[in-house]
Formats: sequence, C-alpha cells, structure tokens
Amino acid sequence: MRRRAILGYGVAGVGAVALMLFVGWWQVDGAGGPEPVGQRPVALTEMDFRLTDHEGNAVGPETLIGRPTMAFFGFTYCPDVCPTTLSDISGWLDDLGDEADEMNVVFITVDPERDTVETMAEYVGYFHPGIRGWTGPEEQIARVADGFRATYVRVPMESGDYTMNHTASVFLFAASGRFVTMIDYHEPREFAVPKIRRALAEEMEGAT
Amino acid sequence: MKEKILTGALAALLTFGGLSTPVAADSQEILVDDVWARATIGVSRPAAVYFTLRNTGGDAVKLIGFETTIAKRAEAHRLKIDANGISTMEPAGEILLRPGNDLVFEPGGLHIMLMGLQEPLVEGDSIQLDLLFDDGGRMPVNVRVRGIAARGPRN
Repeated sequence: MRRRAILGYGVAGVGAVALMLFVGWWQVDGAGGPEPVGQRPVALTEMDFRLTDHEGNAVGPETLIGRPTMAFFGFTYCPDVCPTTLSDISGWLDDLGDEADEMNVVFITVDPERDTVETMAEYVGYFHPGIRGWTGPEEQIARVADGFRATYVRVPMESGDYTMNHTASVFLFAASGRFVTMIDYHEPREFAVPKIRRALAEEMEGAT
Repeated sequence: MKEKILTGALAALLTFGGLSTPVAADSQEILVDDVWARATIGVSRPAAVYFTLRNTGGDAVKLIGFETTIAKRAEAHRLKIDANGISTMEPAGEILLRPGNDLVFEPGGLHIMLMGLQEPLVEGDSIQLDLLFDDGGRMPVNVRVRGIAARGPRN
C-alpha cells in the first residue's frame, strides 16, 4: 500500500517534470517563446507600472517615452554606492551640458518603506536638478525591477535596521523606449558620457 | 594635509626624558591623507568615511578597529559588485597594511561605515575617528565633512 503510494507519486512526478520541460521548451524555443532577451531589460513600451515622482506626479513607463532615459535603482539610506552613482550621474549631466536637457534621468528607490515622496524630494535636491526621484508601493517597485531585470533584497543588520543589496548599473534607453546599454558601476568614468551620447544619437536616428 | 602620529613617540620621549631613542611601534609609521566623509541627512542613515593610508615602515601593520564619539559603531566595510551588477556590502574584517604600500578607502570600495549616529554629519564640520592597530597604536584622524554629492576629498 505504502509502496504503491510512493510509486504513484513517482509517476505523477515524472509527468509533472515532463510537462514543465514541455512548457519550458514552448516558452523558450517553441512557438510560444518571446524573442530571447537574456538578462536585458525589456523595452519601456512593454513595461507596466505606476509610481510617484518626488514632486507628487503620477508617473509610469509612458512618462519616459519620447526622450532618451537614464535610470538607476538605489535607496536614500545607502551610504556609498547610491550617493556615488548620483554624483557621477550629476557629473555626466554637467559634461553633457544642454544635451542633458534632452534626457529623462530617474532614480528609482528599492526601499519604498523609508523612501517616501518627501524623502526622495529632499535627497534628489542635493544632486543635479535633472534627476527625478521615483517611489511607490512595494508591488509596483517589484514590477519596475522585473521589467529592468534588476534585483534588490532587504538585508537585516545587527542593529535591527536593514540595508538593501541592489543592481547598481545605470540603464540607458532610447527615446523609442528600446533598451540601449548599461553603465556598470566600476566602468571607467570616461566611458559613460560616450555611452549616453549613443543613447541620445539613437533618438536622432529614430526621428529620421 | 599629512598627519603623522607622533603622540606615542612624544610620550616615550617625555617618559625617558630624551635619554634613550624611543623604539617606534609599527603603527607610528602610518601616514593618513585625504580623509573625508559625506554629510548625512539626519541621524538615521549611516555615514561612510574615506581616506588613504600609507605604511612608510618596514613591517606590515594590521588595522583592527575604529572608534568615534559621533556614532555607536564604526566598521570597515567593503562594497562588492557581483557578475550580475548587484551591489552588496560586507564587513572587511582586519585590514593588512603592507610596508611601502598605500591602502585607499574610496567610494565603491573600502569605507568606514558609521552606524547609529549621535548627530548628523554637517558639511564643513570635522569629526574625529580613531584608527586602532594590532600593535596597540591608536591614530586619531580628523575627518572633514563634505557635501552629500561630493565625489572625493577635493571634488
């Protein structure tokens, strides 16, 4: 009896695995599969999320369509990587001069519990005025991160506080919403501005 | 501005009345430069302190701890970015200073994290941080607080 039950589970298990394999094949290689994208973010036009910017305006992926976009994930309780990246971005925007006005630049929090609209407003105020701070409900932040193929995780600290591990790359999208490239955290700074110019140039190509 | 810790040598001189040449502990051969931190918004966020250490002596010295009156805890942390571009911070533990070498604490790498701030770090102010070495040496350093958007000790 007991043996039979185990055998039954075994058969069901094999069936389930076969079904998963088939579904996996169908989605990845078969007729049901999307274009292979790997870990690249999807186009902004394929994303769906609702957030609030640091001035209280409702924003979403459509807010970013029509101009090239530079986006970065972080949180305001971050002592090192986030202020460093935001000050790097501020420097790139200074280098771009008037061209920077043609771009969207968004800093999206992965810590909405502490990063309210007011907190984001105060924080982004210390950096280049072109940088917008976006926050929103946890489930909407999760949707943004999913679209960007970005990850974040809450890490408790001994003191009872917590910190966040998160994707530290800066994402660049063309005006059409298509993902162009990323600027990795440890990439030499001189590579960044040419990459941003490439995203800006794609806008021009799209316009002609 | 270079600061060399001479207090130990000075104390030894006073003790021995200058009659004998004091034997300098290894940590007295450490120079510190470019000490800075970013200002904080309030006290609930942690702060990070950066500097460059140079071991001018002939022996390796270990940095084993940090103390400051402005925060409950001060720890060396190292930022890591994995192959997927995800940033994590981990305690750096004891840090070895090899003779003749520089060790740079800078954004995106090593930093001293100040947790449980007693008061905010205000741009233009200075705070004191003591570096503790394995030979018993204690080096007080003056940390200049720069703006939140500062990129380094000078820019």
